Amino acid sequence: MAQHVYAQQSATTLEHPVIGPGQDYESITEVVSEIPLGKRYPFGWIIGLLIGLAGLGALQLAIGYLLLKGIYIWGNNVPVGWAFDIINFVWWIGIGHAGTLISAILMLFKQQWRMSIARFAEAMTIFAVACAALFPLLHTGRPWLAAYWLFPYPNTMGLWPQFRSPLIWDVFAVSTYATVSVVFWIVGLIPDLATMRDRATSNVKRVVFGALSLGWRGSARHWHRYEVASLILAGLSTPLVLSVHSVVSFDFAVSVIPGWHAAIFPPYFVAGAIYSGFGMVLTLAIPIRSFYKLEHLITMKHIDNMAKVMLATGLIVAYGYGMEAFFGWYSANQYERFMLWNRMTGPYAWSYWLLIFINAVLIHVLWFKSVRYNLKYMFVLSLIVNLAMWLERFVIIVTSLHRDFVVSSWDMYSPTAWDFMMFGGTMGLFITLFFLFMKFVPMISIFEVRTLLPEAKVHVPHGHDTHGSGH
Amino acid sequence: MHVSKDKTGLYGLMAEFDSAQGIVDASMKAVAAGYSKMEAYTPFPIEELNDIIHKKRTNLPKLVLFMAFCGMMTGFTLQYWASVIEYPMNIGGRPPATWPAFIVPSYELTILFSALTAAIGMLALNGLPQPYHPVFNVDRFSLASSDKFFLVIEAEDAHFAKDQTSSFLQSLGAKGVYDVAE
Repeated sequence: MAQHVYAQQSATTLEHPVIGPGQDYESITEVVSEIPLGKRYPFGWIIGLLIGLAGLGALQLAIGYLLLKGIYIWGNNVPVGWAFDIINFVWWIGIGHAGTLISAILMLFKQQWRMSIARFAEAMTIFAVACAALFPLLHTGRPWLAAYWLFPYPNTMGLWPQFRSPLIWDVFAVSTYATVSVVFWIVGLIPDLATMRDRATSNVKRVVFGALSLGWRGSARHWHRYEVASLILAGLSTPLVLSVHSVVSFDFAVSVIPGWHAAIFPPYFVAGAIYSGFGMVLTLAIPIRSFYKLEHLITMKHIDNMAKVMLATGLIVAYGYGMEAFFGWYSANQYERFMLWNRMTGPYAWSYWLLIFINAVLIHVLWFKSVRYNLKYMFVLSLIVNLAMWLERFVIIVTSLHRDFVVSSWDMYSPTAWDFMMFGGTMGLFITLFFLFMKFVPMISIFEVRTLLPEAKVHVPHGHDTHGSGH
Repeated sequence: MHVSKDKTGLYGLMAEFDSAQGIVDASMKAVAAGYSKMEAYTPFPIEELNDIIHKKRTNLPKLVLFMAFCGMMTGFTLQYWASVIEYPMNIGGRPPATWPAFIVPSYELTILFSALTAAIGMLALNGLPQPYHPVFNVDRFSLASSDKFFLVIEAEDAHFAKDQTSSFLQSLGAKGVYDVAE
């Protein structure tokens, strides 16, 4: 049976290769391990890291001033009590979802093309979640006090968090998501760190990689437990990632604000997260594969598949917009109807129509193979998708809040320079972490890609008992 | 049948193979020849090798399932205790034991406990981190994480006899047979 499946898979990989021709174990290992082990610090990499560090500096400044002055330095007001802080939180956490989709859900579906992009997509997840987590923490103004509102620990005041609040569910969901993503990523790294240890030429690297690889030696029994653990982690990450953005959507859907109180929010948020996440994976993968000459490992087949996932999830999101509009009308509720009318024709109508144009109209170019196979178009489109998904959160949050039930409380929202500095700063944090990752960690899962080679398939003669007793 | 047991300071004999199929065939022949204390080392997972050599599957899934229940109960009892017993609050006249609201944190803790058990349990059952292992004494073994495949028959095996085992490994098509110092 297993042989049959392999035969089918290699037949499909021949037609659309997920790995370039002429590769062997050594060539794959060499091209990936050369980056962390080599002494080369390419000029482009240094420039990228410096840009990231500049952003990181801005972030520190923005956080420092915020802690000094409080959140009034932001543009948030009454009634727009949630603005850039929550927009950026949802945007970043959504981006992370593609990494988990690639590393976990596609693993369960035995999609072999995921193997060469899983490692850095997962790194993207972890760094995006780190950026996301800053916002809810800092929007409390005094994060050191937020500890006892958010985490259930026995404090001297005898206070406990309000477990009926979606905001507390969010704390559990996001912190679990961050922890499990890091654990899954580290487990996936162990065999490749052992490869780094064995190939390192400098003593420092040998000691560092030796300690990090935990003495991994690749024995059959270890690999067996390792594969079982990876499969379990994938099986756990799958419901986890779907729950995380559902819970994020509960932050809105459980409230009674028109435009937020909608049952379609959880699936619509999850699809939007995966859509924007694949946009970010493409934004990262397209330059990386050409900069580090990894075209034979991250092939056009990968770009094509990711474009298709983007098209599918983008259409789900567009359906979500349609349903939002339909139920706004069908509810026959004057506040719901006004909210929609205000979104479409009010002062922020430009953001709504730009969003609809990108996610419901422009996305259809992905039906064309000539677009999916054109790297320049795909790169530009991936940036546009990231912008559109940011706009989506802006539309949902700001247009729903700024004109609520009572006309006397209406107001306009405009972000301040500190808002932009904080947002740009998290991009700096992301870029810094990603550039460090690219240089010091093998960014493609070497051992998994080895299994894609035809010579990695083994044949066990029929009749040989290979099924152990279920001990 | 044990002759000339020269085992002092010897962990076992290591045979090097070039291909995945080569080590699978060699392991099957070694098992057929009666060896049991042996281990295969490969640069990527070959699930068949565990079935051939060790013939048993890990208990890790059961451990994870057990910890999943622990996580769920931890999450639920934490919330029940805090919201009903320790710090009951009247919010809009709702009862304190609002169990549907407790589902999400219980669910997240179920996953958290299971995932940590899967990762830490895998490492613990594998005996990792392990700073020293005799196989690393062989210089060629550094290729086990790149492109070579190794089969080690341990000196503790009842059928182990240095010379015979060495020629047996040669006969399996090994590219080289090395002594593994303890």
